Amino acid sequence: MNATAPQLNLAPLLDVHSVCKSFRKPDGDQLVVLEDVNLTLRPGEIVGLLGRSGSGKSTLLRSIAGLDGPTSGVVNYLGQQVSAPARGIAMVFQSFALFPWLTVLENVQLGLEALGVPEPEMRKRSLQAIDLIGLDGFESAYPRELSGGMRQRVGFARALVVHPNILLMDEPFSALDVLTAETLRSDFLDLWGEGQLPIKAVLLVTHNIEEAVQMCDRLLIFSSNPGRVASEIPIDLPQPRHTQDPRFRALIERVYVEMTARPRGEPRTGPKSERFPGTGIGTTLTHVSSNVLTGLLEAVNEPPYNGKADLPVIAEEQHLEVDELFPAAEALQLLRFAEVEGGDMKLTEAGLQFARGETDDRKKLFARHLITYVPLAAHVRRVLDERASHTAPKSRFFDELEDYMAEDAAEQTLRTIISWGRYAEVFAYDDNRQAFSLENPA
Amino acid sequence: MRLDRLPISVLRTRYVPGGWDLLAFVLVFAFFIYVAQAAHGLIGSLTRLEATPISLAPSALIGYAARTALRMLIAMLASLLFTFTYATLAAKSRRAEVILVPLLDFLQSVPILSFSITIVFFLQLTPGRVAGAEMAAIFLIFTSQAWNMAFSFYHSLRSIPDEMLEASRNFQLGGWLRFWRLEVPFGMPALIWNMMMSMSGGWFFVVVSEAISVGNTTVTLPGVGSYIALAIEQKNLAAIGWAIAAMAVVILLFDQLLFRPLIASADWFRLEQEAGFTASHSWALTMMRRSRFLGLVARAFVSMLRAGVKERPAAAAAAPVARRAIDWDSRAVDYAWYTALVLIGIGALWKTAHFVLAEVRLAEIGHVIVLGSITLLRVAVLIALASVIWVPIGVWVGLRPRAASIVQPIAQFLAAFPANLLFPIVVSAVVLYKLTPDIWLSPLMILGTQWYILFNVIVGASAIAPELRYAGENLGVRGWLWWRRIALPAVFPFYVTGAITASGGAWNASIVAEVASWGKDTLTAHGLGAYISTATSAGDFQRTVLGTVVLSLFVVTLNRTFWRPLYARAERKFRIS
Repeated sequence: MNATAPQLNLAPLLDVHSVCKSFRKPDGDQLVVLEDVNLTLRPGEIVGLLGRSGSGKSTLLRSIAGLDGPTSGVVNYLGQQVSAPARGIAMVFQSFALFPWLTVLENVQLGLEALGVPEPEMRKRSLQAIDLIGLDGFESAYPRELSGGMRQRVGFARALVVHPNILLMDEPFSALDVLTAETLRSDFLDLWGEGQLPIKAVLLVTHNIEEAVQMCDRLLIFSSNPGRVASEIPIDLPQPRHTQDPRFRALIERVYVEMTARPRGEPRTGPKSERFPGTGIGTTLTHVSSNVLTGLLEAVNEPPYNGKADLPVIAEEQHLEVDELFPAAEALQLLRFAEVEGGDMKLTEAGLQFARGETDDRKKLFARHLITYVPLAAHVRRVLDERASHTAPKSRFFDELEDYMAEDAAEQTLRTIISWGRYAEVFAYDDNRQAFSLENPA
Repeated sequence: MRLDRLPISVLRTRYVPGGWDLLAFVLVFAFFIYVAQAAHGLIGSLTRLEATPISLAPSALIGYAARTALRMLIAMLASLLFTFTYATLAAKSRRAEVILVPLLDFLQSVPILSFSITIVFFLQLTPGRVAGAEMAAIFLIFTSQAWNMAFSFYHSLRSIPDEMLEASRNFQLGGWLRFWRLEVPFGMPALIWNMMMSMSGGWFFVVVSEAISVGNTTVTLPGVGSYIALAIEQKNLAAIGWAIAAMAVVILLFDQLLFRPLIASADWFRLEQEAGFTASHSWALTMMRRSRFLGLVARAFVSMLRAGVKERPAAAAAAPVARRAIDWDSRAVDYAWYTALVLIGIGALWKTAHFVLAEVRLAEIGHVIVLGSITLLRVAVLIALASVIWVPIGVWVGLRPRAASIVQPIAQFLAAFPANLLFPIVVSAVVLYKLTPDIWLSPLMILGTQWYILFNVIVGASAIAPELRYAGENLGVRGWLWWRRIALPAVFPFYVTGAITASGGAWNASIVAEVASWGKDTLTAHGLGAYISTATSAGDFQRTVLGTVVLSLFVVTLNRTFWRPLYARAERKFRIS
């Protein structure tokens, strides 16, 4: 098992074939989350699934784990269809999912206990796993006594002790601080490189681009709405990989370019206004605080960028995670304050004007763009203007949005519009009465 | 249950042999002997029971207290069994849920006295034996304990984090192992709190459950409750005093030997240390943890959990599931199920109406609803009064941890204090000063349940983040402004929880509070509780059912239209994130 040389000639461990997943919306229509996803996993490789939140990558991971079956398509593990949690596929969770009433040892033993492994062997194997993952001495501790990093080590030990062929990792480092995550990642890669782990392949879900490039032999980039595999990037750098290595930086740049690429089939020409995303009130909006938008505009406006910035560079400088950066970039694009393409962000004329303006000018500009380019904002304002009372309950818009999107997406979209509307002072919202209005408490 | 889990601090201290083991040993065997003796009475014949009337001698109280305590324990075990099955079914089956949860809502609102019409059924199970009557008494105690426990466990099951469930499935935990390793421990802290509340509820109705009188059937089982009933009948104040003392001792024992250890062990089940949370200590738990003998028992329990799990071959897991002949998840089955439920519902409604209307005229239904409104008014006024008194006190106590640790156990004891024990004072006063029973009997209703307001407000006040209090002080917020802007909003969600419990309890207590007697003096207030109480002792099943149905409707409607929205609002408004 050598991480740097996936054995491509071997039969695949896992074969995901045209998997689709959709949910039934309240009105009976289908909401497609995953569309025609294909993927194979061979012995000896770490494959990364990279995408923004809502791209269905976690849903795919759950289908592979047999936790939640696909709507159509098949997941084959060692040639057999997965229809229930399969033995040989173990999972590491983002929130660790440890049982707080069990000690470290008992948590690790749990999987073996479920398999009916006799007590002495169970104990021996568990202690080995604890030893391997660096938890020696913590056997009798309860999870709440451990730091986040140690807790996730328990999560790893618990998964490894059952000697799975495939290890599924669902954003395993994203709940940890940067330094701890880095340590845990490199410890894992060391063990993997030395062939000490009793696993054959790894599938990693992440939204951290640097982590993906550091760990994986192959990256599948997911696009959103619906989630599908947009592109595949092989990573052939030898381990250990250094983040400052020019080849490493080049790969990161390439991932950014792929992730900001327009999905195939969308027009690249035509009048300028059509090149911006978001049409109709049915567009799902991801909540980004006006503080973040303002901060990003100011940063890109200032030297050395002077209105045009490379996304990986600005992300690092502003300490923005990918799941913060992309929604922010998308929001600026939607509001016509910036254009994003080829891994770069370029401010529009209005964007530059906003960055240079004072608070009042900014609010006016923001209000104008909000009403002009975000159809839902215009819709809310129009309804409020038309009504004699100048108020409208939240549920009115919520029901409307539910025709287009899932319940939580509708909730989030409304939260976004409320927040932006408040900043722009286009309308007010009273959470106690759950109602929009035109009056500001002045 | 989790005695096999030694925290490291204990592992590090040197094991002191003998002491704790001996104490554990003595206690365990004393318990067995006591159970055996108390249980001996169960199989005796009813005629012998009638031949040996209740004695008011203080020495007799020891045996009575043991009998009562045993009944409570058995009822508690039955409630646990009910909780684990009923709540699990409700949480796991979408179809069962639609009927089981509302059913629980209604069962909770049915006063314990209304269940006493089942006594004839239990007596017929074992003709001529005490066992039937004992079962009836235990069933009555059960009805005052089970419902809130089931609710709490159901809510816990529904709120297990997704990732924990996924982890348990990913690691192939079967239903049995998952239940004991995940679901029960997760529900434990809430369940223990509810078990304590249930125990208090059981004590509050101890007189009703032991001295049962339905029409011509009268059963008086030896126990503290019957002792109190007889003392009231004979106007024996000294005996009342002894009964209070005996109850205090038993409640204290339950607290020290059962609930303290449970609460202290519940700390294990928490994921994080919560705000305002202090580690609980229990000498009994320390004893159990340090005793090797009990350690053996615990290990036996753990291996019992594993016994059902056989080693499985590696290949079996990935095997495809065979197609089933009928798709049980389909909508067609849904519709069939809901149709069946509706038909059963209509049938039950028709049957009940037929049964009640055979005896009762329509005009009386209107009268019963008026009586319900009178009781409603009483409950509303009492909750308001109790809030005005206990919220400020609760906030004051909650902000002082030392005071809280003193007040909590006292309030807990008072919550278990049966209303009947105050009958002598209240009835004498009303008769002596010629007061109106309609007003002066009312305080008895809130006697047991007002403490839930106090409990919850104390918890809420002690959970106020220190930063919030410092910020208030820093800004110089004082006096009424401090109450209005900081204290009251902070405890509001907790207060609502307490008030919901208090209101539900007050409705239930109306059956013992609207009719009070002391010797030959019996005072009756106008209200639904008195109506049900009178109907039950007259053996009038139709009126008992009618009164119960109306009372349930009042309680459930009040919960749905007032308390639930208020709670939702409190949750939404006072949450930071």
